[in-house]
Amino acid sequence: MEENNIIEIKNLNKWYGDFHVLKEINLTVKKGEIIVVCGPSGSGKSTLIRCINRLEEFQEGSIVVDNIELTHDIKKIKAVREEVAMVFQHFNLFPHLSILDNLTLSPMWVKKMARKDAEALAMKYLTRVNIAEQAHKYPNQLSGGQQQRVAIARSLCKNPKIMLFDEPTSALDPEMVAEVLDVMIELAKEGRTMVCVTHEMGFAKKVADRIIFMDNGQIVEENIPDKFFKNPESDRLKLFLEQILSH
Amino acid sequence: MAVYDMKPTKSAPVNSKGAWHWVRENLFSSPLNILLTFLGVGLLYLIIPPFLQWAYFDATFIGSTREDCAVNGGACWVFINYKLDMFMYGFYPEGERWRLNLGLGLFVLLLLALRYLKSTLMKFAFFNLFLVAAAILTIGGTLGLEMVPTDRWGGLMLTIVVAATGIIVAFPIGVFLALGRASDLPIIRSICVTYIEFIRGVPLITILFMSSIILPLFFPEGITFDKLLRALIGIAMFEAAYIAENIRGGLQAIPKGQYEAADAIGLSYWQKMGLVILPQALKVAIPNLVGVSIALFQDTTLVLIIGLFDLLGMVRLSAADSYWLGFETEGYVFVTFIFWFFCYSMSRFSQRLEKRFNTNLQ
Repeated sequence: MEENNIIEIKNLNKWYGDFHVLKEINLTVKKGEIIVVCGPSGSGKSTLIRCINRLEEFQEGSIVVDNIELTHDIKKIKAVREEVAMVFQHFNLFPHLSILDNLTLSPMWVKKMARKDAEALAMKYLTRVNIAEQAHKYPNQLSGGQQQRVAIARSLCKNPKIMLFDEPTSALDPEMVAEVLDVMIELAKEGRTMVCVTHEMGFAKKVADRIIFMDNGQIVEENIPDKFFKNPESDRLKLFLEQILSH
Repeated sequence: MAVYDMKPTKSAPVNSKGAWHWVRENLFSSPLNILLTFLGVGLLYLIIPPFLQWAYFDATFIGSTREDCAVNGGACWVFINYKLDMFMYGFYPEGERWRLNLGLGLFVLLLLALRYLKSTLMKFAFFNLFLVAAAILTIGGTLGLEMVPTDRWGGLMLTIVVAATGIIVAFPIGVFLALGRASDLPIIRSICVTYIEFIRGVPLITILFMSSIILPLFFPEGITFDKLLRALIGIAMFEAAYIAENIRGGLQAIPKGQYEAADAIGLSYWQKMGLVILPQALKVAIPNLVGVSIALFQDTTLVLIIGLFDLLGMVRLSAADSYWLGFETEGYVFVTFIFWFFCYSMSRFSQRLEKRFNTNLQ
């Protein structure tokens, strides 16, 4: 693995039964890079990033995350998951725990931090996502945008090297998208490695170092934002951009 | 720029139209409804006044012999009163019954502790402390307490011992069976499925017979172990299968995203299950778990067939007392009331638990 790379995916193939969902994926992510993955639904983009923290298994190829090769070895999976955080489309907060307890769970049980320290850490990140005053409420008492910001704070509590975002704004009411994107833009400025599956092209233009376009289980095109939007090479990407940017 | 004023909020119209309106709406709204109302009232008229007449107005409450009851012709509660100690304690030695009463007192203390203590760890500690104390008090044999052999146990006390031990022992087994059945490991899964499906295919009465008659055949001669203990093992094994199925139902109600989020923040399997999945699954399963508990409380009466005298058994035995012949009805009404009291309390308790664990606030 090269010094500067934090994720290396080589010749990755994955099948759901007979369905070939990821085809010969090759992708390297450098430390601190911000990658946006886009593409039509069913193109395999969510599956790809879910392979990175092993929520999905794959059959062929290799994924190396921070010098750890993902195999069936449970210790390696655990080690990778300590470095990689994920924000989900449907937030997936734990409804039976208060916001604060949602955040302290991982520090206290995985990092064995004392409750007091874990709570201080949690409050720090809740403050950063502008939601500290809701700490003692339960997830279902918050709006979607607030829940997603809590979910981002929860994943920050691990101080992860890499953050994966799986369509973080797709399940939100339109007026709440901005508050979540603002938080993500702030994060992007901090130099943490981020891989975001999203359709928010404004966000991609603003912060992405590279944009990856997937269709049909393969990477069709990858480029820096400027060229990605102005000079798409493939017809498939041209069509996709037309469809999502035409209105 | 368009400007708009906030319209004032009005309070909702008052919705009370009086009792007569309610009666007309709900009891006499259509010919069929009127007919059903009269039928219902008629039925209640046929049942309640005669029962009250028998159970209260014509009943005898004070006295100590059956002759005292001969005058009024109604229920003879003297019989219950006279035999009450036996119904409650069975053949437990009279001089030692304070131990059971003390146990009951400790139980009340435990309820208060569970209600007012904040820390879950402390609650758990108190609960276990109570179990140990209750076991020592009931069985004896240590701390200068005389040992009371289980063939002296009986009545309501035995009913509670059987039901409580059954549930407390079966619950953790049930949790593990449910997790095993939902597991990815094929051998664990098939063992759990086989166990659950086997037990659920056999009536409790068969299991009681097996544990009391067939099980001893497998032990070498001379080794016997307690009849009550054998029954308790049988009941716990039986209940565990049902509890496992109810918890499995709860597990299935938990969305996949919860498992993924727990994985993603780095929890191990047991942390994930213990901290994230089971608390939610058990909450979903509360009504069914209490249902199982209520059913078990009633099923304890089956221990009669292997020669243990629970509350119902004691009442039957007492009604067969040659001096008190002919008072079965009073006995059964009494048993009915006790069982209803316990089961209804459990049902109310379940509703309170559900409310307490409801974090689905909007």
